[in-house]
Amino acid sequence: MESLLTWLENQLADNSIFTLQTLSHYADGLTTTVQLVFLSLIIGLIAAVPLAIGRGSRHAWIKWPIFAYTYVFRGTPLLIQLYLIYYGVVFVDGIQESWLWVILEDPFIPALIAFTLNTAAYTTEIFRGAIKSTSKGEIEAARAYGMSPGLTMRRIIIPSAFRRALPAYGNEVIFMLHASAIASVVTIMDLTGAARFVYARYYAPFEAFLFVAAIYLCLTFAILYFFRHLEKKLLAHLQPQTG
Amino acid sequence: MAATPIPLEVRHIKKRFGDTEVLKGLSLQAHKGDVITLIGASGSGKSTFLRCMNLLEQPDEGDLIVHGEEIRFKTTRRGREPADWKQVVQMRAKLSMVFQSFNLWAHMTLLENIIEAPIHVLGKSKKEAIEHAHALLDRVGLTARADAYPAQMSGGQQQRGAIARALAMDPEVMLFDEPTSALDPELVGDVLKVMRDLAEEGRTMVVVTHEMSFARDVSSQVIYLHEGMVEEAGPPGEMIDNPQSPRLQQFLAPKY
Repeated sequence: MESLLTWLENQLADNSIFTLQTLSHYADGLTTTVQLVFLSLIIGLIAAVPLAIGRGSRHAWIKWPIFAYTYVFRGTPLLIQLYLIYYGVVFVDGIQESWLWVILEDPFIPALIAFTLNTAAYTTEIFRGAIKSTSKGEIEAARAYGMSPGLTMRRIIIPSAFRRALPAYGNEVIFMLHASAIASVVTIMDLTGAARFVYARYYAPFEAFLFVAAIYLCLTFAILYFFRHLEKKLLAHLQPQTG
Repeated sequence: MAATPIPLEVRHIKKRFGDTEVLKGLSLQAHKGDVITLIGASGSGKSTFLRCMNLLEQPDEGDLIVHGEEIRFKTTRRGREPADWKQVVQMRAKLSMVFQSFNLWAHMTLLENIIEAPIHVLGKSKKEAIEHAHALLDRVGLTARADAYPAQMSGGQQQRGAIARALAMDPEVMLFDEPTSALDPELVGDVLKVMRDLAEEGRTMVVVTHEMSFARDVSSQVIYLHEGMVEEAGPPGEMIDNPQSPRLQQFLAPKY
């Protein structure tokens, strides 16, 4: 580890911009971005499953509020949602005196809330579409074999819809990674925040932003690879057998 | 009477879709070992009749008695529906259905398809279900395809797989809804052979079909439906070789 650091220091010796200090800024930014995106995706995914089922409910009082939620969050810019949550909470009466303020003061939490609400809305619609396109015949077979609606949902509809939703959900994950760049406008030092810092410090736009673009690209490829692997495994049943 | 209850009895089933009455009071009794075939032109109501037997369609009138147990109905704002869905679930587990378009669960392998309902509906152990499934796959000649997904199998293999899935429930009665209609002609034979074997071993079956040779050779009773009513019914020999009603005569006449 020691020798690695020395080696790195030597490599960077002639470089005025990419010093060990700026690199650690990028590393911290990477951690923040990954945390923010990963947490919002996980919470959004967990929330989206019941929401997608509820969205198809025949009870209007379940169906329409969910539709209104997904419609509003898909129909407005994420940046505006972030502004509303980040700047808006300050004006809620008494919030600065309550325990909630301790959490909300840190910009990470409002950003996490905005991102989670946004991705949950999109994921709900992705799942909704996949659930709706489940083969009627397969559902009928489940009924004919004595499965209750709940069991049919759990064993037949959700597993098959989840698989069909995978390619679209992979896109949503990449979309969220890229959208997370706007977290930097509410003072979060994510990857883009780090790049902006380096740019401002050295006035070197190409170095600062091309480097961060390369990191985003690597993350995107990692996500693509992960989803391709997952699809290969989980969508095997849709591939005709060869050979 | 100490006799075992009749596996399936339906009485005076009526069904309307909007203003059209598609079933006008149909009855049927399937005793143990009976093979009843329902024939008729498309639109005669034969598939709807079959689907009323396991309540995939809700009959507007009529009774349904499965293994001596009468299904209770209630009338709600939406129409007539079963009073106790638990009873329906138990009833459906006794009647297993084979569909025209197979309807195997696409995200499961054939073996998983077969063990699914026995484990999750009948509460069998996984080990027991798998053993049974392998025996059934052997019966329908698909041992080698246990781990294939439905999309990787031919139509004939899928339908034989679907029959194995139906058999895995140890059903009182098997319902076949045009099981060979979606198959290429050269694949029909394999499926019919499996069905003949089942009939020979004494399975109780209700079969909607267009295969007249199957109806003639295998069934114990043939019911010819026309516009939601029984036009003619009887043993296959009399019915098919010597039809009485002009409509049935026309239906059975060579089409070319």
